[in-house]
Amino acid sequence: MFAAAAIALFIGMVIVLFRLYAGPTLYDRVLAGNAFGTYTVLFIGVLGFLTGRPDFLDIALLYALINFVGTIVVLKYFRYRAIGDTSPTPRGTPAERGRLKDQGAKS
Amino acid sequence: MELFIILTLFFMLVVTAIAILMMRHLFAVVMLSGVFSLLSALLFVTLDAVDVAFTEAAVGAGISTVLMLGTMALTSRNEKMPRDFSPIPLLVVIATGSVLIYGTLDMPIFGSPTSPALSHLATAYLTQSPHDIGVPNVVTAILASYRGYDTLGETVVVFTACVGVLILIGGLARRRRKDEEGTN
Repeated sequence: MFAAAAIALFIGMVIVLFRLYAGPTLYDRVLAGNAFGTYTVLFIGVLGFLTGRPDFLDIALLYALINFVGTIVVLKYFRYRAIGDTSPTPRGTPAERGRLKDQGAKS
Repeated sequence: MELFIILTLFFMLVVTAIAILMMRHLFAVVMLSGVFSLLSALLFVTLDAVDVAFTEAAVGAGISTVLMLGTMALTSRNEKMPRDFSPIPLLVVIATGSVLIYGTLDMPIFGSPTSPALSHLATAYLTQSPHDIGVPNVVTAILASYRGYDTLGETVVVFTACVGVLILIGGLARRRRKDEEGTN
């Protein structure tokens, strides 16, 4: 039962890895990375039950938290081109600054 | 089943490493290296080293992804093609790899019951640490008390690395801001 679940998770991981490698847009890659983190959480849970010692489930919860924060950071990087302080300044909102920087990079 | 799981995880690890080598698009490389460290964390979990696995996931998939994205915000998004093939990096990698493999030859066989760590050390820690330290978890007792100076040294190394990175990135950002003000 748990072995079948582990094999199903492996198949899902391989598919997600392929999407991460091929994935034409950046959002495909972010989604694939996030999905791979979720597979990791699930796999730790399945592995605990497979070996008969489900003591590590709380650690799987911590992995879920890391995964969430990591995805937020990556998306924030996309939105603002920076990870640190993105509060609005007198020179415009962060989104405008990001757009200005993009145009500056292109020209 | 356990052998199958470990082999599959290693297979995916190798595939991810080859993909990282092949890609020129640096954002995908950052995401793939996060996946690489998640896979190695899973391998650590199958080896029952849960604390190491958690450190690997937090540092590899969390902090270094953030640091690499921050670096990409300051530099380019695409890797430049190398201009010509130089044999020195290949030689360095092969030499380091063979030295590491040569170093494993002296180690006791994996799981061997007569290895020194299992014959004297583990039993000593298991019997004495509850009396010496009074912490019920033996791993925590070893990490926090017996290896306290080790942990202090590791913390100093990590702190120094953080300060160095912050100085480098902060200097770059300040110079860029000064440039912008100059052009305005």
